[in-house]
Amino acid sequence: MNIDKKIVDDLVANDISFVTTVPCKQLAGVIDEVEARDGIFHIPSNKEDEGMGLCAGAFMGGKRPMIIMQNTAIGVTFNTLATLTQYYRMPLPMLISYRGELREPVACQVEMAVHTKALLAQMNIPTYHFHWQKDVEELDNILKYTFMCNKPVAILTDANFWGGYGDQ
Amino acid sequence: MIRSEILREIAPILRDQLVVCNIGLPSQELHMIDDQPTNFYMLGTMGLSSSIGLGLALAQDKTVISIDGDGSVLTNLGTLPTIANNVADNYILLIIDNGSYGSTGDQPTYAGKKTKLENVAEACGCENVITVQDKDLGPVLQKAIDDRKMTVIVCKCDSGNIKLPVITMDPVVIRHRFMQAVQA
Ligand SMILES: Cc1ncc(C[n+]2csc(CCOP(=O)(O)OP(=O)(O)O)c2C)c(N)n1
Ligand SMILES: [Mg+2]
Repeated sequence: MNIDKKIVDDLVANDISFVTTVPCKQLAGVIDEVEARDGIFHIPSNKEDEGMGLCAGAFMGGKRPMIIMQNTAIGVTFNTLATLTQYYRMPLPMLISYRGELREPVACQVEMAVHTKALLAQMNIPTYHFHWQKDVEELDNILKYTFMCNKPVAILTDANFWGGYGDQ
Repeated sequence: MIRSEILREIAPILRDQLVVCNIGLPSQELHMIDDQPTNFYMLGTMGLSSSIGLGLALAQDKTVISIDGDGSVLTNLGTLPTIANNVADNYILLIIDNGSYGSTGDQPTYAGKKTKLENVAEACGCENVITVQDKDLGPVLQKAIDDRKMTVIVCKCDSGNIKLPVITMDPVVIRHRFMQAVQA
């Protein structure tokens, strides 16, 4: 299975047509796939809160948006999540590379990994953790859930899910 | 002129357009001067007016005007390259440059000192940047709307605020009303 293709197939099947990204090495393949798809407008952002602003606008313009980002950026997004996405009740699937988890080669990444789930829980953000490739089977349901409840929802994807980091 | 005087003057031009309005006094002023379903009032999230407006412009065809502030653009400077590189000809970024953080008591911003936001926008790749003095804004804004060409307007004006109430409308109501106006 090509995991990047499978993920983007699910986005398209759920009518997601506006995707903003800030890269992570683990996300390189899925970002390429997003860029390549005709039905998706890909707009790279310079910072994740900026990307969430773009997504809020796109949602109000009638499109289903999504952000693809790294977990180290979670801190810079809290004000936006609280005062824009959650306050105005907007849906936002967040596909997040969960750096600093099992099979992570870069020690510094662990420093944000240890905070990631606690911070998301503090924000009452429904959070799913993909560790095995088969966990991707849940993505379609998570996307439907996100647009059903109009909330930001986090999908954490660790190095093991992406087939390892050091050895990929 | 101060920001509230400018908004009063351009309100008839804004009325028929989709407007995303910056946090704090700008939204309170626009709400008081001419509340419209086509206005999206930001109640928080300083810095993202330009981003919300761009996302909205890219997602549908109607003209979108983001009313922003110099301080807010400075806090989200990354927005200017994103705007420059994702041209939406139905998008106008109107920066009310009063050289200060007006809503918090007019503390000076760097835009009121050495930094010229119009030069920053151009350096970021924005192709149609217009600097205008407060009293001349109306015709410039109307022309930008009529031209349907993505435009960044930097409107220089004085610092200063008027006393007025906060917006008590529920954010979900603001958003719902706005989305209905977008679809209308
Ligand atoms: C993250 C964050 N920092 C600070 C503030 C406080 N604050 C609200 S409005 C504002 C000033 C915005 O200045 P500007 O964009 O120039 O708009 P003006 O009021 O001058 O029109 C500030 C600092 C805030 N709301 N959010
Ligand atoms: Mg200002």
